Amino acid sequence: MLLIPCPWCGPRDEAEFHYGGQAHVAYPADPAALTDEEWARYLFFRDNPMGPFSERWNHTSGCRRWFTVTRDTTTNAITPETSR
Amino acid sequence: MTADPHANRISPLAGFAGVSDARLDVREIPFLRQTNVRADPARLLPAWADRLPLAPGTWRRSGETDILYLGPDEWLAIGDLTPVPAEPRADTARRVGQDDVILTDVSAQRTIARVAGPGARDLLAHGCALDLHPSVFGPGRCAQTMLARAQVILMARERDEFWILVRASFARYLAAWIADAAVDY
Ligand SMILES: [Zn+2]
Repeated sequence: MLLIPCPWCGPRDEAEFHYGGQAHVAYPADPAALTDEEWARYLFFRDNPMGPFSERWNHTSGCRRWFTVTRDTTTNAITPETSR
Repeated sequence: MTADPHANRISPLAGFAGVSDARLDVREIPFLRQTNVRADPARLLPAWADRLPLAPGTWRRSGETDILYLGPDEWLAIGDLTPVPAEPRADTARRVGQDDVILTDVSAQRTIARVAGPGARDLLAHGCALDLHPSVFGPGRCAQTMLARAQVILMARERDEFWILVRASFARYLAAWIADAAVDY
C-alpha cells in the first residue's frame, strides 16, 4: 500500500485517498471552438510517462482536500509538489 | 407546564450498552451541539483568532467549546458556541466576503463515542492505521481518519481519554466493532 503525504494531515494510507488523475490539465479557454477530436483529446487523453508524473489526489477519508504530488511511476516514490 | 422539546430525542447509540471494566470505559456522549466553522485563517477577526486553534491537527478548549482544526479553512466546534461580537447580517443575498466566518449547525451529522481507560489506545490502534502513541497523538491532538473502515474524527483528551466522532449512520456499526474489539483489551 502506498503511503501518501497529505499536505494537511501528513502521511496516510492509500486507502484514505481517491485518485484524481493527471494534474495541470487546463480547461480549454474556448471549448466551443474545439473540434470534436480536440475536445475528445482534452477529455480522455492523458500522459502515461515512465518516471515522474504530476497527479491529483483527494484525501476523502481525512481532510477532504485536493492536492498535487509528483509520483515516479517506476518506483511509486511520491514527493510533494512545491510549486502551485 | 411546558413540554421538553427534546423529550423524544433518540441518539444514534441509544441502544448501545457501552463497555465498562477496569481497563476500558466506552459510552456515548449524545446530543452535543456541533458547528462547522469555515473562515480564512489569514483574515480572522481578533475575536475569532483568539478562540480557534491554528496548528494543523490540534484542538483547543475555548470557553465551553472544544474547537478542532479540520482543514486549512475549516474547524468543528463541539458544545454551544458562545456568540462572538460580530453583527449577524440578515441580508442573505449579500455575497459572502473573504472576511466572513460561516457557521453551519452539523449537530445531527455525528455522534460521539467516548473511549477511556488504560486500554483505550490499544483498542483504537486495533482498527486505526495512525500512530496513536502519546508522544505523537497526545492530549490536544485530533485527526480525521478511518477506524475499522469507518470515517471518524479522533480527538485525544486528557488521561487516555478519546472522543470518536462518527457519522450517525455508522455509529451502531462502530459501536458493535468496539464492543467486539474490547474483549481483547
Ligand atoms: Zn488530509
